[in-house]
Amino acid sequence: MRIALFRSMAALLAAGVAALLPAAAVAAPTPSPGATPVNRAGTSFLTATPITAGQPVRVDASIGDHLYWSFPATAGQVHEINATVTFPKGRSGASTWTVDVFDGLRRRQACTAGAQTPTVDAKASNVVLGCTLREVRSWAEPWSADPLPGTYVVRLSVIELPEPDLGAPIDVDLLVGTIADRGASADDGELAAPLVPNTKAGTVLNAVPPVDAEADDESGSLADWLPDLGSRWVWTGIGGVLAAVAGVFGFAVTRRPRRP
Amino acid sequence: MLAEPTPFLAQLTEGDPAWTLSAGAAGRGDPRPSRSRRFGAPPPKRSSKVDLTTLRIVINFRRSTAVLLGLLATTALTGPAQADEEPAPEPPRVELVLDVSGSMRAADIDGRTRISVAQQAFNEVVDALPEETQLGIRVLGATYRGKDKKVGCQDTQQIVPVGPVDRSAAKAAVATLRPTGFTPVGLALRSAAQDLGTGATTRRIVLITDGEDTCAPPDPCEVARELAAQGTSLVVDTLGLAPDEKVRRQLLCIASATGGTYTAAQSAEELTDRIKQLVERAADTHTRAPTVVGGTSACDSAPLLAPGVYADREAFSEHRYYRVPIRPGQELRASVSMALDRAVNRDYGVLLRATAADGRELVRGADAGSGRADVLSAGLRWSATADDEDAAETEQSSAPVIEPTTVCLVVSNSFAPRPGTAATPGMPVELTIDVVAAAPAPDGPDLGRGWVLLGLLTIAGLITGLLAGLLTRWWVATWREN
Repeated sequence: MRIALFRSMAALLAAGVAALLPAAAVAAPTPSPGATPVNRAGTSFLTATPITAGQPVRVDASIGDHLYWSFPATAGQVHEINATVTFPKGRSGASTWTVDVFDGLRRRQACTAGAQTPTVDAKASNVVLGCTLREVRSWAEPWSADPLPGTYVVRLSVIELPEPDLGAPIDVDLLVGTIADRGASADDGELAAPLVPNTKAGTVLNAVPPVDAEADDESGSLADWLPDLGSRWVWTGIGGVLAAVAGVFGFAVTRRPRRP
Repeated sequence: MLAEPTPFLAQLTEGDPAWTLSAGAAGRGDPRPSRSRRFGAPPPKRSSKVDLTTLRIVINFRRSTAVLLGLLATTALTGPAQADEEPAPEPPRVELVLDVSGSMRAADIDGRTRISVAQQAFNEVVDALPEETQLGIRVLGATYRGKDKKVGCQDTQQIVPVGPVDRSAAKAAVATLRPTGFTPVGLALRSAAQDLGTGATTRRIVLITDGEDTCAPPDPCEVARELAAQGTSLVVDTLGLAPDEKVRRQLLCIASATGGTYTAAQSAEELTDRIKQLVERAADTHTRAPTVVGGTSACDSAPLLAPGVYADREAFSEHRYYRVPIRPGQELRASVSMALDRAVNRDYGVLLRATAADGRELVRGADAGSGRADVLSAGLRWSATADDEDAAETEQSSAPVIEPTTVCLVVSNSFAPRPGTAATPGMPVELTIDVVAAAPAPDGPDLGRGWVLLGLLTIAGLITGLLAGLLTRWWVATWREN
């Protein structure tokens, strides 16, 4: 009887581990096997070339170009951006390079680690840039600047250099990697719509559009009510079950052994 | 009503029920963009880290059933969902503008003349032209051999009209070019912009030259800025063939005035690769140009904007106002980018503020920078707070129609011109507006999560069980003795 109890508890724990252990793999970003390399770049926020984490970028450009790429991020992820710029010899002076990251609202994102704005002297043949972003939150107050799920834009450019060096050919290698992923339900709250920029041309309205009060839709279904695995409901529910099992076990331990 | 059941069933079997659901909701005229449709490539991940296949199947099955029922109800009520009809985009249009002035005779690129290098590059570009791209070629300084500057500075012709390219004809036209006359870059740019016409998408000009403009006025850089400010979205990419300092300055100025790029080509291969890349980029980044709007100097008269992208111009130290109607339960998202299209002082900033109609500030987004940059951007989010929602609800009880709150957006900048920098037209402003469903603050965490919680609950349960057991045992023993 006791052994059976132990067994069932162990099985339950194992199930809990399998279901709830967050896949937190921390490693330096490497290209995903089989990812298609990208050989182009955009030149503005609207024309940023979409890439995904793990997709290597290699593009020819000129010194002075502002190169844009965009990648999607979901809650719980931490991204790291690594870039290498290789340039020709015979430049006339030191240059400072930068990799800037913006969220879907074009708000500048902080780097928690990495050489974001390195300076190299005239003799260097390449420069390595890096930026590790903050963890993407699943929800934040509208007034805050926390990183949220949606599209992120990477901009690579040179910010200081002697003018004669502009226009010379360079090779750019860039890789965006996901170095950690705690899963979408790691935080409470959810953003109604990810921060994906609206790129359609706008329309100027003539008057404030009237809104009928019935416009709100009620898309409540069973799917919305089922909790995510890994949410507080599931954790607490399993905790309750474990507590009950442990209670029964404890009670059973103190029972007077049956007399023969 | 249920005329098209097959697509829905097909989508259901693909196993993303959330998508079909939102498509159904969108069909009922909900202006809010559905979550999955707006979210680029990968759909939002929901608990995909579970290995318990059986559990997943059960959940999926339940969801699918629910979705199917919901969908049947939706379709029965409103008919099949309609997809957004995007207008068919125009083909990408590019014009190559080639300098064929006398200086192109110089043989200083890998021992070949500049014009022969350019001709070879053009041939390769025409061969590798993407199918849908419409390409035109214009030359300057190609025909007039005389010395009269007045006549020489009118010397620009379109040798291949912008349109679907006849490859052999285009190559033949390029092959006959002989370096001849003056360099009227400004006039050529103006004519090239006319060749490309007006339309809803971005147009690109690739300017290839080896010498500075010999015909100013008009100054090519001013022409470029004037063309960029005309409403049609126009980008001029410049290529300098063995450029000297004056040429570089001029080409850099033209490129930055229009948001284009500058390249110094030192070899035939570089020139070919770069032109190919620019023509390809024109096809890749071929998007609908932002709507041109004119912000005003006060909130009352400001233009009322629907979600989308807008373009405007703002002078140094100017404030521009725009208005956006927001319903209760909606969130405003706005971002602004100001382009540094001219020489400005070293440090600068841009500020985007959202204010209520009475001028009270709701939220602001700001960014500052220094040094070389193409644009400076700021963004903000705002949704009505509980107070505002209460106010809206009282309005609702009195009137059948909810009056949307009108939020004013104020764009201001702290750019400062360098001595000699032109102040007009203003600097380019790109404004992005989006209105989505508000994301309310999550409720307090009544429940727990984590391994410590599981351990604590288990130990608490164990102790309770032990105590209960001991107590029962003691109680039974006492009861028996008595």
